[in-house]
Amino acid sequence: MTNLTRQQQTRYLFARAGFGATPAELDEAARKPLKKVVRQLFNDSDSVTDLRVVDADTNETKKQLKGMFQNGQLDKDMLKERIRDNAEKVRDLNLQWLDQMSTGKAALREKMALFWHGHFACRAQGRNPLFMQQYANTIRQHALGKFSDLLMAVSKEPAMLQFLNNQQNRKNAPNENFAREVMELFTLGRGNYSEHDIKEAARAFTGWQFTPDGQFVFRQQVHDEGEKTIFGKTGAFKGEDVIAMLLENKQTARFITAKIYRFFVNETVDKKRVDELADQFYKSNYDSTDLLETIFTSDWFYDAKNVGAHIKSPVELLAGFRHTLGVQFEQPQSQIFVQRTLGQLLFYPPNVAGWPGGKNWIDSSSLLFRMQLPNYVLKAADVTVKPKDEGDVNVQSLARKGGARFQTKVDWADFEAAFAKTTDAELTDTIASTLLPFPLRSDQRELINKQTHSGQSRSEQIHTITAALMSLPEYQLT
Amino acid sequence: MNRRNFLKQSAFTTAGTMLIPHFLKAYEAQMMGQVSASNGKILVVVQLSGGNDGLNTVVPYRNDIYYRERPTIAIKPEKVLTLNDEIGLHPAMTALKALYDEGLVTVINNVGYPNPDRSHFRSMDIWQTASDSDKYVTTGWVGRYLDAACAGKEHQPFRTIEVDDTLSLALKGDTVNGLAVLDPKKLYNQTRSDLVTGLSKEHPSHEPESVAYLYKTLAETVSSANYVYDKAKTYATLATYPTTELGNRLKTVSQLIQAGVSTSVYYVSISGFDTHTNQPGQQERLLGQYAEAVGAFMKDLKASGRQNDVLLMTFSEFGRRVKQNASNGTDHGTANNVFLIGGGLPAKRVLNEAPNLTKLTEGDLTYSVDFRQIYATLLHDYLGADDVAILGRKFDGVKIV
Repeated sequence: MTNLTRQQQTRYLFARAGFGATPAELDEAARKPLKKVVRQLFNDSDSVTDLRVVDADTNETKKQLKGMFQNGQLDKDMLKERIRDNAEKVRDLNLQWLDQMSTGKAALREKMALFWHGHFACRAQGRNPLFMQQYANTIRQHALGKFSDLLMAVSKEPAMLQFLNNQQNRKNAPNENFAREVMELFTLGRGNYSEHDIKEAARAFTGWQFTPDGQFVFRQQVHDEGEKTIFGKTGAFKGEDVIAMLLENKQTARFITAKIYRFFVNETVDKKRVDELADQFYKSNYDSTDLLETIFTSDWFYDAKNVGAHIKSPVELLAGFRHTLGVQFEQPQSQIFVQRTLGQLLFYPPNVAGWPGGKNWIDSSSLLFRMQLPNYVLKAADVTVKPKDEGDVNVQSLARKGGARFQTKVDWADFEAAFAKTTDAELTDTIASTLLPFPLRSDQRELINKQTHSGQSRSEQIHTITAALMSLPEYQLT
Repeated sequence: MNRRNFLKQSAFTTAGTMLIPHFLKAYEAQMMGQVSASNGKILVVVQLSGGNDGLNTVVPYRNDIYYRERPTIAIKPEKVLTLNDEIGLHPAMTALKALYDEGLVTVINNVGYPNPDRSHFRSMDIWQTASDSDKYVTTGWVGRYLDAACAGKEHQPFRTIEVDDTLSLALKGDTVNGLAVLDPKKLYNQTRSDLVTGLSKEHPSHEPESVAYLYKTLAETVSSANYVYDKAKTYATLATYPTTELGNRLKTVSQLIQAGVSTSVYYVSISGFDTHTNQPGQQERLLGQYAEAVGAFMKDLKASGRQNDVLLMTFSEFGRRVKQNASNGTDHGTANNVFLIGGGLPAKRVLNEAPNLTKLTEGDLTYSVDFRQIYATLLHDYLGADDVAILGRKFDGVKIV
């Protein structure tokens, strides 16, 4: 197996740890030691800008709006409009986050937050943009750093408590949904707890509730204060105690590490390596920054077998595309259209298990759409595809606004400048080396070059070659 | 097609086809008349997305509780298109009633699953994957049927087709995915650029496997699109269909069937059934569209003598709550009815008991037939497939065939 060139290594690092790189970024990184480039990625992600589409004190829930309607403060049309506005705010939140991924400085943080969004899958419902905003900012705030902090914070998010029905989990009428998902999906994984553990943990989580304005609240009167036996320990446990027990269990470290490995390195897990990483993760008290830095600075991370092994999710594809070419959508909701068509709409994961990922992203129609996407975006070609209507009347309003018109502005000047010194003969391969995980095969090169014609200016040629390269199946991979 | 025909056909097409292009062989064989076109049974699934209100679709028109719980949205007894002494169809479904009178419709009441989930997306997931309600499965039941059908042979996505631009989870298999085709010509055109056709001829074999997977999917897509388009253009239906979305889609299904495309399962959906507010008008419109499209489809098949080869199944991810809400609508419920139409099934019947409105679970209907029993029957008795392998375990069939 051949070793990667330095440029291939950096391209790969930026693609995995973030949403790709511009040729200029790759050029700059190539002049520094790889370890420094990795450190820089973490430094760039030190701070985080909150997403904001609604203020906590002006947020109105559907229930409150209906109350205002009943009091006569709103008429029927105003009520409808205000409810629709709320649903649209979730869409705006989606677009703001996508902007942060595509153009913000903290690419690694946003990438990790995207991972956590799939892990702590939570779906917008009840048209409450405030809850989703808080949830998004919590996973973004704690995306790097201690997993223990993130687990506790996200478990107390109103959006999550609502999604997993913990408001209905009461002393005399337990609802086990929250306890089950915390163990099965957030920490231990299936098969590492008993049904008894779930029943008892559910009792411990009684009283974990939230207020309409988005505050976590512990309601003593619905909490079951009796003794519970969980994982063989007995006590008058509360929710916090269960979380602590789950973190104490090393299986949590193994489960999370394996999932991070599958997301950042390879869908096929190297068990021995994951065990070593899990040890370290556990010993570091669940420091995900430390875990990721170990991964990104390891030689094996750059093994040829890992390069190109990851199929980009639709959001990774879209954000990466925007980042590399500085693409701005004149109608940002086109990006909702792309997400829906390709099957990954932020804030609407398919179920509590998140997006399955990997090969699941690809079927005949999604692959063809992905291969046409550069034409839609770069050439404003007509889109002839339409995503399905969801059954849910709440998601329908996103659909109607999601115009399939792709009017964009592309920052070609910066992109082209990077190839100013490249000879005509090397142009295709040089651009390819910044966009694709592998060098071009000769038949591919021939096909790409056939797309250009001699009458084109150099800048037109660069546009044509870039669009064609981005249409390749290999562009779907990192 | 039954299992034997499927095997026969596949055995023929695999001989000497280790070289690519895969499907062109099957296609050529058919064009040469050496293998008949799809000569077996065909299943058409029509999904009503959004949770159709089953109680106002198959109406318990003699039941006082029904009228008490739904003072403003219940269907008046005199308007119901009666099926028997207890139940009848929504008045907008005259076209379906006509099919029933012809002996083509089977109604199955109280279909659901244990621990029902009232969220659309989750319940739809459960129906599409055929999983238990506390498990998450990433393949669909039709997709796994396709996996089984293509096991050890070349992958032929077109054996299961969704008439849409995008593919539902129902048609995603473990090793093969079904084909999404809204319009054969449009799909064909999408695969006709030099870049796409050029790339579809490449077969990079190097690691990682993801590369080979993408190129294989591309090759399968291009040859499937080619095959379906070439086949489809040999036949144009003269039948009249309503110009609704469902009407157009069922017309496409009919065209593909009659052109002899080798597809065993077609999947179509219509949405808009999430009727929390002002249900009556919306549901009337949707049920009317549904019944008219299905009526036209069955009439078309009858004219060409294919009515007994094609079975249409209709389901919705859940029914609605028995009691209406304050906005003249209904909220999410559980058990619902399923229709089976055509397919040479025994004539004119309501298969089981009407919903019991005195025995509700938290205000919702209690299911008595697990939807996977219906799938098992369709897979085993109708399509001749291995239902246990596809559904992961044995479900008692329902007596339909």
